[in-house]
Amino acid sequence: MKPAPFAYVRAATLDDALRTLEEHGDGARVLAGGQSLMATLNMRLSAPEVLVDIGRVDGLAGIEDTGDTLRIGAMTRHVEVETSELVAEHAPLVASAMPHIAHPAIRNAGTFGGSIAFADPAAELPACAVALGARMTIAGKAGSRTVEADAFFRGLYETAIAPREILTAVEVPKIAPGWKSGLMELARRHGDYAIIGLAAHVEVEGGRFGGGRLVFFGAGDHPVAAAQTAALLEGETWSDRLADRLAASLKEELDPFEDLNADAAMRRHLAGVLVKRTLGPLAAA
Amino acid sequence: MDTNVDVSMRVNGDPVSRRIEARMNLVDFLREELGLSGSHVGCEHGVCGACTVRVDGRIVRGCLMVAAQADGADVTTIEGLSDTGEIRALQDAFVERNALQCGYCTPGMLLTLAELMERNRAASRSEIREFISGNYCRCTGYEAIVDAFEMARSARSGGGGDAA
Amino acid sequence: MTDLIADRWILDRPNSYIGRSVPRPNAPRLAEGRGTFVDDVPLGPRAGHVAFVRSPHAHARMRSIDTEAARASPGVIAVLTGRDLAAIHDPWIGVLTHLEGLKSAPQYALPLDTATWQGEAVAAVVADSRARAEDAAELVAIVWEVLPAVTDPASALDPDTPVIHESLGDNLAWRRNVDFGDIEAAYAEADHVIEETFVFARHTGVCVEPRAILADWNPAEEQLTVWHNTQCPHMIQNILATHYRLDEHRVRVIAGDVGGSFGIKVHTYADEIATVGLSILLKRPVKFVADRMESFVTDIHARAQTVKGRIAVRNDGTILGFEIDALSGIGPYSMYPRTSGIEANQIVNLMGGPYEFDHYRAQATVVFQNKNMMCQYRAVGHPVKCAVTEGLVDAAARATGLDPAELRQRNLRADDSYPCRSVQGLPFENLSHEESLAKLLEAMDYEALKDERDALREEGVYRGIGLASFIEVTNPSAMFYGVGGARISAQDGATMRLDARGNVFVATGATEQGQGMEAVISQVAATAVGVPPERLKIVTGDTEHTPYGGGTWASRAAGIGGEAVARAGRALREQILRAAATMLQEDAANLDIRNGVVVEAQTGAERIGLDEIGRICYYRPDTLPDGFQSELVATRHYVPRKYPFAFTNGVQASYLEVDVETGFITLLDHWCIEDCGTVINPLLVDEQIRGGIVQGLGGALFEECVYDRDGQMLNATMADYLVPMAAELPDMQCGHVESPTAESDLGAKGAGEAGTCGAPAAVMNALNDALAPLGASRLTDMPFTPRKVLRALGRI
Repeated sequence: MKPAPFAYVRAATLDDALRTLEEHGDGARVLAGGQSLMATLNMRLSAPEVLVDIGRVDGLAGIEDTGDTLRIGAMTRHVEVETSELVAEHAPLVASAMPHIAHPAIRNAGTFGGSIAFADPAAELPACAVALGARMTIAGKAGSRTVEADAFFRGLYETAIAPREILTAVEVPKIAPGWKSGLMELARRHGDYAIIGLAAHVEVEGGRFGGGRLVFFGAGDHPVAAAQTAALLEGETWSDRLADRLAASLKEELDPFEDLNADAAMRRHLAGVLVKRTLGPLAAA
Repeated sequence: MDTNVDVSMRVNGDPVSRRIEARMNLVDFLREELGLSGSHVGCEHGVCGACTVRVDGRIVRGCLMVAAQADGADVTTIEGLSDTGEIRALQDAFVERNALQCGYCTPGMLLTLAELMERNRAASRSEIREFISGNYCRCTGYEAIVDAFEMARSARSGGGGDAA
Repeated sequence: MTDLIADRWILDRPNSYIGRSVPRPNAPRLAEGRGTFVDDVPLGPRAGHVAFVRSPHAHARMRSIDTEAARASPGVIAVLTGRDLAAIHDPWIGVLTHLEGLKSAPQYALPLDTATWQGEAVAAVVADSRARAEDAAELVAIVWEVLPAVTDPASALDPDTPVIHESLGDNLAWRRNVDFGDIEAAYAEADHVIEETFVFARHTGVCVEPRAILADWNPAEEQLTVWHNTQCPHMIQNILATHYRLDEHRVRVIAGDVGGSFGIKVHTYADEIATVGLSILLKRPVKFVADRMESFVTDIHARAQTVKGRIAVRNDGTILGFEIDALSGIGPYSMYPRTSGIEANQIVNLMGGPYEFDHYRAQATVVFQNKNMMCQYRAVGHPVKCAVTEGLVDAAARATGLDPAELRQRNLRADDSYPCRSVQGLPFENLSHEESLAKLLEAMDYEALKDERDALREEGVYRGIGLASFIEVTNPSAMFYGVGGARISAQDGATMRLDARGNVFVATGATEQGQGMEAVISQVAATAVGVPPERLKIVTGDTEHTPYGGGTWASRAAGIGGEAVARAGRALREQILRAAATMLQEDAANLDIRNGVVVEAQTGAERIGLDEIGRICYYRPDTLPDGFQSELVATRHYVPRKYPFAFTNGVQASYLEVDVETGFITLLDHWCIEDCGTVINPLLVDEQIRGGIVQGLGGALFEECVYDRDGQMLNATMADYLVPMAAELPDMQCGHVESPTAESDLGAKGAGEAGTCGAPAAVMNALNDALAPLGASRLTDMPFTPRKVLRALGRI
C-alpha cells in the first residue's frame, strides 16, 4: 500500500519546525528517522496532512559528554549510538541494547529520539531510559522543558510530548562506580520486537546488591519498572533462593498483556527467567 | 497545501531532479521515475529488505524513506554498484555459489553484504547471519549467501566493497 | 531415433555437462539487478493501475455499492464491480472428476453479491497510479450485511452451522475413504496400537515478489498480452481464453523473471482474472501488483490439517498398519483448476510410504470455511503425511523400546524389492530407503551424536535427535490433473535450432522460477548436441515462442522439461550430422559433434565447425547436392507414460536444543540424504534441498496464519507472520543416492520439494526426543512455539 497524500516540509531550524507544527495543528506529524512512522503511513494506519522533517535541523544530532551525563541528540542515528565509544564507556546498558534494535539498514536511518518518542512498549530504548533515569528535553513554543523518564512514558505509544512539541535530546546519566547493567530479551527472531525483555541497572559491591532498577519491556503498555521486586535485591548476594524470590515477586508485580506470541502467564514466567539470567552474571562479574 | 515536492539528488553519480508527490517513497522514485528497477518492493513495511539502497554511504530501506528526505543526497543502487564494479567479487561469488535463486531479494542482499564487507570484513558466520537478518530470502535458506560472503572476501580481485 | 526406451545415451556423451555444477546463465543478470519481473515491465502513460476494494468481513452480502465518490477522485479511470465484469467472462468451478464427489461453487472474478472471506476483492478501482487508485478505493461505499462466518472445521458440518453456498447443500467439499488390507485384524495382532493427533497450521508461501499481472488488450487485433509471474504460462493462456471466450491464439502469456513461487503462483486468482477483464473493458494496459497485506489474505494458504493417526506394531518392531482420519478447512471455494482437494488426497495416498505394511484405512474430510483460499504449496500434503507417519513410527519406537533408527531399518521397504506397489497401490519403480538411511546415520555420526546428547542431559542441556524418512511425488504424468479434466499439461516440449553462426537456440515449455531451470536446460541441451553452454540461447515462459508445456510444478521441470530438451537436442544433432555428412561426403554414423565442431566419432579429429555448417546451409545451399534440404530445427515432446509419478525418497535428521526455561528452540544441525535419480547439477539440487528444508522448518517452528472466530486474519504482515531468517537457521548437510528412473533417458526425478517434505517431521521428532527425559507431554501441534513448549513442560 501507498500512503495517503500529504505535504512535506523540511524544517531548517528547530524554530522553523515548531512554527510549522503550530501552523498545521493536529494534522502535522514530525518525521525523524521515519522507521516506524513510514510503515504506519504505508499501511494507511495514519494519514497526516503534513510531515515536518526534522532530519536537517542543526544541533539535533550527536552525542556529547556534559560531565555527569551523555547528551544524545534526538536525531542521532542508532548506528552512531551503537558505535559510540562514549556510549560504550558511560552507558553500557544503552550500548548493549543497540544490536537488538531491528536490523542494520534500520539502525542506519532510525534515530535514538525517534525510538524514545514513538514509545513502543516492546522497544529497548524506552526501558533503558527508565532504568538509567534519563531526562528528556522537549522543545515547544514556550521554550524547552525537561521530563524525567519515569514521567515521560505514560501509556501505549503515549508520552509527555504534547502536540506541537518536539523531543530534542535525551540526557543519560553516566554509569556510576559500583553500578552494573545488563540487557536481555527474548524475541522469536533476531531483530524482532521482544516478547519480553529486561533492562537492569543495579548497584553491586563485592557481590552484594545495593539499589537498582529492573525495567521490563514488552510487559505492559509502557516500560515497567518492577520496584517491589528490585527492592528485594537490597543487601542480598546472588543465590538460587534469591532468584526464586525475585521470580515469585515478579509474578505478583507484573500485569502483562496477551498477544499472538505469549499470554500474561508466559510473560510473567519469562520475566523471572530474565531476571535470573541477567542478575546472576552481574553479581558474579 | 501542496502535496507535491521538488527533489534533486545524485543517483549512481548522475544528478536527477523531479517534481513528485511528496508521499512517493525512495524506492518507488528510483523504480518509477528513474527506471532503476533493480531495487525491489517486497512489503512496503520495512521488513523484507528487498528495497535496500545506499544513501550517503549507508544502506537504508527504500520503502521507509520518502524520496524528499533524500533531497541533496548521494543515492546508490544495485545498478550503480554493478557499473562501478565495487561489488564484483560478491556478485561473482553469488553466481558461483548459487547464492541467488529467483533473484528478487538479491540486490538488497548484496547492498547489505557490501556494507558488512566494509564494516566487518572478518565477520564470523553467525555475525554474517545476524547482519542479513533483516533481508528475506525465501529460496536459498541463506547458507549459500553466507558462503558467498566468505568466498568474496577471500577472492583476490574485485574487493567487493573493500574499504582497504 | 528416439523412442520410449531409455538407453542413457545422454549420460555417456563425450564432454558431458550432466552431473556438473554448471553456473546458471541467468544468474549474473539477476545479481546485477537487471532482471525483468512483472512490475519492471516499462509502462506508457495510458496504463491503469488497479487497487481492489477488499471485503473487511469473512462473510457478508453487499446490499449496495456506491462508487460515485471514488469515480470523482483524482486520476481515476474507472471503478468496476463484479456485475460489470460478469458481462464478459464465465465463472469457474474448481473440481476434478477423479477426485470423486469433490464439489465447489461457481467463482467469478469479483463476486456478484456476497464476499466469502476477509480480503476477497469485491470492487476494482483503476487509476493513473497505484497510490491514487488506493485513495479512491477508500471512497467506495459498500453497505454490508454481515453474515455468520464458518471458521471452525470441526463444526463446519454440524446441522446448525450456516451453509456458505446454499446451492451446494452443505459445507462438505470432499470426503475420501480408503480401506486396504484389514486394519482391525492388524490391531488385534499388534502388541501396541498407538494413537496421536497431529495438527498442522495454515501457512503460506511468502514469495518475496508478490503476485503481479499486467494485461494489455488490443481490441483492433483482438489480442490479449499478459505479463504474469505465473509458473504455468500455457495453463493461464488456456484459462484466460476459456473464461473470456477468446480463441487461444488471441492470448499471449509472458512469464519473465519470477520472484519465487513455491506453488503460490500456479493458481487462478480471481483478482488476477479481474485485472485481465479490466484491460478488456477499458481497452488499455492494466496492472495489478499485490501488496504484502493483500498477499497474506489472498495468496493461497496450505496445510491446515488435523490428523488423528494410529499405528499398529508388534513388540519386535514390525509395523502392521496405519490408520488416519484427517480434517481440513479450505477456503469458501475449491481453488481452480488444481482444486483444494489434492492436499488431502496426497496425505491419503502417501501415508506410510517408506515402510512395508499391509493394512491401512484412511478418511479425509475437506470442508469449506470463510477464510482465504487453500491450495497447493510446495510439497503438497507431503509434510503432513511425513510428520504423521514419522511421528507414529517414533511412537512405536518408544512403545517397543527400540532405537528409532533401528525400528526404521526393520521396516523400511528393502532396496532390492523394486518394482513394487505401496499399500495404496501406487507403483514404486526404484527407491533407496535403506541406503539413504545408512548414509544419513554415517553422515551425522548417529551413535556419537546420541552419546553427546545423553552426556549433555546430565548437565541440564536438553538436545534431541529426530529422523524422518519420506517418499515424494515428482514428474507427474497426466494421471495427476489431466485425467480429472483439468487443462494442465503434463507433457513438455522443446524446440532447438542451429543458427547461422553455429549457435543453438532452445525454447522450452518448462519455466524458470529461480530453481535454476535455465542451467539444467543448458546442460542437457549442450550435452545432447555437443556444444558448450555459452553457445546456447534459452527462451522460456512465453506462449508465443515456446512449445506447449506444463511449466514448473510438482518437481517436474528438470525430469520432464529436461527430457524433452535431451530428445530435441539429440534429434538436432542427428539433423546437423546429416548436413555435415552431405558436405563431407561421409557417413553420418562416423561423425559426432563435440565442443561445437563436427568430429570423427572414432578419433575425435575435427572436420567442420557448426558455424561453417550454418553458413553453408543458410547462405550457400546452392553448393549442396540436388535433393538435399537441410533441416536445422528439431522439436520433441516428452511425458511419462509408464509410471503415474516418479517417486523419489530420502531421509532427514534434525539436531536441536531446547531452552527448557524459555521454551525457545535452537536448531543446531540438519541433514538430508535424498535420491532424485540422476543429479544433473549437484549445486542446484543441494540448494533446492536447503531452500525446501527451510520452508519446512518454518512450518515446524514459526509459520501460522492466525484467524479469529470471525474469520479475521490477525497476523497479515511480515512483522507478524514469522518465517525463519538467516540468524535462526543452521547450516544444512546434503547427500545423495542416485537411482535414475528408467522411464527417461536422463533418469532425472524431481528434487524441489524433498526438503520441505521431511523437515517438519524431523524437527518434531527431535523436539520430543529432547523433552522426553523431562516427562513433558508430547508436542504434535505445529508450529512448535515457545508457548507450546513451556505448556508441554508444565512451566506455564
